[in-house]
This record gives sequence, C-alpha cells and structure tokens, in this order.
Amino acid sequence: MELSGAEIVVQALKDEGVETIFGYPGGSVLHIYDALFQQDDIHHVLVRHEQGATHAADGYARSTGKPGVVLVTSGPGATNAITGIATAHLDSIPMVVLTGQVPSALIGTDAFQEVDTTGISRPCSKHTFLVKRVEDLAETMRKAFYIATTGRPGPVVVDIPKDITDPSVKIPYEYPRNLKMRSYSPVKKGHLGQIKKAVDLIYNAKRPIIYSGGGVVIDNSSGSLIDLARELGIPVTSTLMGLGAYPASDSQFLGMLGMHGNYEANMAMHEADVLIAIGARFDDRVTGHIAHFCPQAKIIHIDIDPSSISKNVRVDIPIVGSVKDVLNDMLRIIREGDRKIDNDGLTSWWERIEAWRGLGCLRYEQSDEVIKPQFAIETLHKVTGGDLYLTSDVGQHQMFAAQFYKFDKPRRWINSGGLGTMGFGLPAAMGVQMAHPDKQVACVTGEASILMCIQELATCKQHGLPIKIMLMNNGYMGMVRQWQEMFYEGRYSHSYVDALPDFVELTKSFGHVGMRVTKPSDLEAAMQEAFDRKDELVFLDILIDPTENVYPMIEAGKGHHVMAMSPASKQGDQR
Amino acid sequence: MKRHIISLLMENEAGALSNVSALFSARGFNIESLCVAPTDDPSLSRMTLVTTCSESVFEQITKQLNKLIDVVKLMDLSEGVHIEREMMLIKVRAEKEMREEIKRLAEIFRGKIIDVSDNSYVIEMTGDSDKLDAFVHVIPEDHVIEVVRTGVSGIARGVKSLTL
Ligand SMILES: Cc1ncc(C[n+]2csc(CCOP(=O)(O)OP(=O)(O)O)c2C)c(N)n1
Ligand SMILES: [Mg+2]
Repeated sequence: MELSGAEIVVQALKDEGVETIFGYPGGSVLHIYDALFQQDDIHHVLVRHEQGATHAADGYARSTGKPGVVLVTSGPGATNAITGIATAHLDSIPMVVLTGQVPSALIGTDAFQEVDTTGISRPCSKHTFLVKRVEDLAETMRKAFYIATTGRPGPVVVDIPKDITDPSVKIPYEYPRNLKMRSYSPVKKGHLGQIKKAVDLIYNAKRPIIYSGGGVVIDNSSGSLIDLARELGIPVTSTLMGLGAYPASDSQFLGMLGMHGNYEANMAMHEADVLIAIGARFDDRVTGHIAHFCPQAKIIHIDIDPSSISKNVRVDIPIVGSVKDVLNDMLRIIREGDRKIDNDGLTSWWERIEAWRGLGCLRYEQSDEVIKPQFAIETLHKVTGGDLYLTSDVGQHQMFAAQFYKFDKPRRWINSGGLGTMGFGLPAAMGVQMAHPDKQVACVTGEASILMCIQELATCKQHGLPIKIMLMNNGYMGMVRQWQEMFYEGRYSHSYVDALPDFVELTKSFGHVGMRVTKPSDLEAAMQEAFDRKDELVFLDILIDPTENVYPMIEAGKGHHVMAMSPASKQGDQR
Repeated sequence: MKRHIISLLMENEAGALSNVSALFSARGFNIESLCVAPTDDPSLSRMTLVTTCSESVFEQITKQLNKLIDVVKLMDLSEGVHIEREMMLIKVRAEKEMREEIKRLAEIFRGKIIDVSDNSYVIEMTGDSDKLDAFVHVIPEDHVIEVVRTGVSGIARGVKSLTL
C-alpha cells in the first residue's frame, strides 16, 4: 500500500483502533484534515478551543482506559493545547497529541505560526517526537501510542512538519505492530521476594490501612483491590484520583484522605502501623506536612514508576510493577498460605476507626432557605441512582463532589487532580459522552471555572452531546475565598466574580436548555427534569450558599491528625 | 553530599540531549559537567555527567534519568573503581622570565605546549579534575588568559562496562 504522510497519519490511527479524535484545523495540518475528509472510520470532533480538544481527549481516555487523540495546528494551536497536555501528564492519562509544524525547511526561522512545540511540551509530557522524514512517520505513530499507553501512561506529542504530510509524496506503508524499543521496556511483574516481604509485614500488622490511588483506576485493578481488602478485612482510604476503585458504599471504605479528607481516613493514616500504598504517589495534598506523615507506619509502596518510590516519603518495602500484577501475586500468596491476620488487633483497630467515623465529619447544616452545595451533590447522587459519569472543574464544588458523591465504580469520577485545571470539566464531559453515548454524564462546576471553557457549549450542540451541567453558583471563587477567610483575615482580594453572565440565557443562546434553581425544595425536581431530557444538554444554574466552606481541612503545615472540622460536626477542632 | 559520575548511553536522536538537560533544570538537580559524543555505534551517544548531591537526591536523579525514553542504560561510575579524565586547553601569558617558568610548570604537570606566540602559550593537559584545578592554581592569576575544559568523562576499571 502506498500512502502519503497525511494518509499515513490517518491509517495509523485506524491501525491503532482509534475511533474518535478531537481537534481544530489550521494551516500546517490541512493535508491531514484533507485525508480525514476522505474517510469515514475516524470520527473527528471539532472543538472550539484547542484546550477543549485536549481535555475532551483526556475525558475520553479516563472514562475508557483507551488513549485519547488530539489533532491541532502549529503555533497557537499547539500552545493552546499545552494546558491540557500538562493536565493529562500530571494525572498519568494516555493521550497522543498530533501537532502540525511549519515545513521542515522553515523550522528555526520564526516562520508564521512557528513555535518550538517539542521544546514547550517536553517538560509537561511523557515524551515528544519531531518527525524528520515521512519514512519515520508510521513507526513514530506506533511508538507514540506504545509509550502513551504502557508503563505509567501519559501524553505523547508528535510534531509533524507540513512537508511530511505532503499528499503528492507517496511511500509504501506497513504498520510496525511488533515494535520493540531498547530504551523503553516498562516492567510489569513485581519482585516476588518483595511481595512476600510485604505480605509478612501485613500479617504482623495490628493497624494496617490501604491507601489507594489513581494507579488502581489506570491499571483496571479495582477488582483485585476489592479482593485484597476483603480477604484481609482491613480499611481502605483513597486519594482524589482513586475514588471509585473501591466502592464508597462499602463499610471498609473510610472515604478520601488528605487535605479535605475524612476525619476517620486521616486519623487512621496517622495511627496506622502498616501502610499499603497502591498506585498512589504521596502528593503533598495527601500527606500534609511530610514530617508528620504516618509517624508510626512501615510503608509498602506498589507503583509502576520507580521514580515515584521514595520521592517524597521514604518507604520500607518498595514493589515496582503493574498494580494489577502485583495485587494478584499478593492475593495468590495470601490465599495459598494459611496465615491469619491478627484478629484481636484488627478488631480493636476497627473499634477506634468506628469511633472516629462516629464523629460524622461530613455533617453540614441543612437549610430550608438556601441550597447547600453538599445537599446539591447528595441530591445528584439520589437522582442518578449513583450511576453517573461525573466530571468536575476545580474549586470547592470539586471537593464537595469528591466527598459527597459516593462513587462505587472506577472511571466514573473524572477530575484534574494533579494540575487542578479550571476549565477541565465541560470539555472532559464531552469526551466522556462521546465514549459513552448512552450513559448519564454530568459536569459539576463553579461559575468561575465554567467560564474558562464555556465556548465548548457550541461543540456540544454540533455533536449532540446531552451533558448535564451542574453549576454550583456561589458567586465566588469559593476555594480562593475560603483561604482568604481562613488565612488572610477575610480580605477577599479579587475572588468575587463580578459581572457574571445570565447562565440560563447564555445556555439558550447556544441552543441548549438552561434552568435556574434557587430553593432547596425545587432542586430534586429540577435535576430529575434535567436527566429526563435524555437528548438535550441541560445547564442547571444552582444558586448555592455563598459562604459555605469545605471541611474537614488539615491545617497548614500540620499532620493528618490536626484537622479543622465543620461547625456542624459534633466536635470542634481536634488537637 | 557526595560527588557522583553518571555514565549513560542514550539514543543518538534529536532532542535526547535536551531531555536530559531539561530534566536537571526542571527538577532542580545540580549538574557540574556534562560531556557527550556519539559512540562506535552511531545510533548511540554516551554521556558523562557529574553531580554533587545527597544520596536521596541521587536516587531520584538516576530514576528520573532511567525514566527518560531515550536513555538506554546508565551506571554510577563513582560506585566502583574507575578512571576519570578531563582535558583542558589553557592560554597563559608568557613573557620574559615567565616563559621558562610556565614551561617548567607545564612539564611537571605533564602538559603539552601546543601553541606559542611572542607573549603566550596554549597548553593542553589531561587528568582528573583535581589535577587540572591544581595546575590552574599554580599559574599566577594575572597570567591566565582563557581556560577551556571538556568536563569529565570516565570508564570503569577492569571488565565492568557500560555497553548494550
Ligand atoms: C486555570 C486555573 N487558574 C486558577 C486556579 C486557582 N483556583 C483554584 S480554585 C479557584 C476558584 C474556583 O472558583 P469556582 O469555579 O467558582 O469554584 P468554587 O470554588 O466556587 O466552587 C481558583 C481561582 C486554578 N485552579 N486553575
Ligand atoms: Mg464559585
């Protein structure tokens, strides 16, 4: 088969099994767009801003486990994509970003729409390629997908100068399916000796806890995690990124840990004697002050990325390998042996945990007058029966959603945890809805966040994406306001979002349905109506209590055990 | 804090070198010298990198380097017995009675005078970094015109080697 570079790009996508790509055309990718036009296998979603394309591809990837694919032009197309590439990078999301580049002969001349795309994206992607010869294109595409999806996944950028895709130059095409790279061969199996040591440590534990992270979701290891936790009968806490991998409704689940984590989860971390970290990376939002982190615990750390191990916290038993392989080996060793975990120890551990749980750290003051954000999320859970793909923007609404929407399945909670990118929610929801046309998809957002990618409402119209947008409208950059209230004596510097649009009218002008809810008693019916309108995008402008804060909250520079609690929780500050 | 010499093989590809240097700046690792050239296998480059850091930072450096897609293999030369060499070209003012004196010093340090003008020499010298430092110090400061050093390259002693 003889193909041009542009046709090779498209054919390679087909050979990778890609069905949907997200993009925006421009001069340097016109050859590729022409090749796309002449085929029907790959569906192209035209976004309204390249940031939207990257977040949409990212949402697609997070909700399916398949790589998201982006196609943008050189210069501003590529720079607009950077935020989304960095977002995917920090959360280890497989993505292949194809960027056009000026013709090879013009590179380095400050040509029209030239930027050093590989240079800009290098520090925020897993790898970058600049294609030098059309003969290298097919192999580079294969390498990009291979690198993006294996080991610790991440975004890979392929920068393609325009002359490489010249339709008049045709070369023989064969897709290099069995690619091997001498410089890149991620491990899968964990070291059995280390795994046995870990099992020994667990059996000797009196107060063990599993700290599960995004790696469990990424490696589709939810089932193995559940099996392990049930087999041992030990508590499980999860990072923001790991929510859903262990069912939130299960009694062994202590909720999220970290800065806005549950009291019982953070206290259990602080008191644990053995910590089993699985696909988690000891992020500073999770650990609190490192010097006070898990002071009594021996730490087992399972991770595919050796550089994650002992980066922030020194661990006692590192196990490098795929989470799934390691968990399955661990389970096998446990099941083949006849050892028993210290039951008395475990019983008194659970008693303490139940006492912490009894505090009801997520308690909030309900109101008849004003909608509380916590109540809004609980209502969302009720209306959707817990069966929802929920994307989020960044701010208080994100934390409320993480705390109050009880995710029972992985890949259902889709948010920018590592980079904390406002503007992520709506385009990410587009990617999710594209991947799951018949599923309920909602985006929880704030009035500041939604404006960062609001243009994508047009994309939703064009592609008929019936996303439900749940705007927790508090009139403030709530998370910023909360910090200013707590740490800057209430000087609300530039955190009040003045001159907001009328979101209902705005939504209508894009051709969608917009509704406003102001009373707690109307909320459930409004949400119900939104989800009943199966084929329409519905934007709910929910006016919530502007003064609500997110609790619990680990105090700045403190350990897990020093949390500020909500006024409604039984006890005040725990010190 | 300890001085480490990392020797690494990487794909001889555009961007590979930037990937390494960008890693050091992005993660705030210190880099003292870096020396790179293709090997007998033209698809591979060999890099020798010197850094002084704590053990935990060094662990991160090697892990992060290994994580780079272009890096094929690396080893810490300073972990075992090894030879390290650096080459220096130094231009010195050499006038009147100093012409003899500098020639004598160069001989003591086994340097070679490879360029001579009426009032200057260029001396070529190879050795470990301490020796080169020592030579620069024995030349009176106002006589040193220019110093060019390659940075360290090194190799393990015995049969131990860094090859594919
Ligand atoms: C692109 C970007 N800019 C700035 C921030 C810092 N930031 C974090 S939360 C937040 C406020 C978000 O306000 P809103 O969307 O209304 O959500 P709320 O906290 O009120 O729920 C800001 C500005 C960010 N995370 N991302
Ligand atoms: Mg807000």
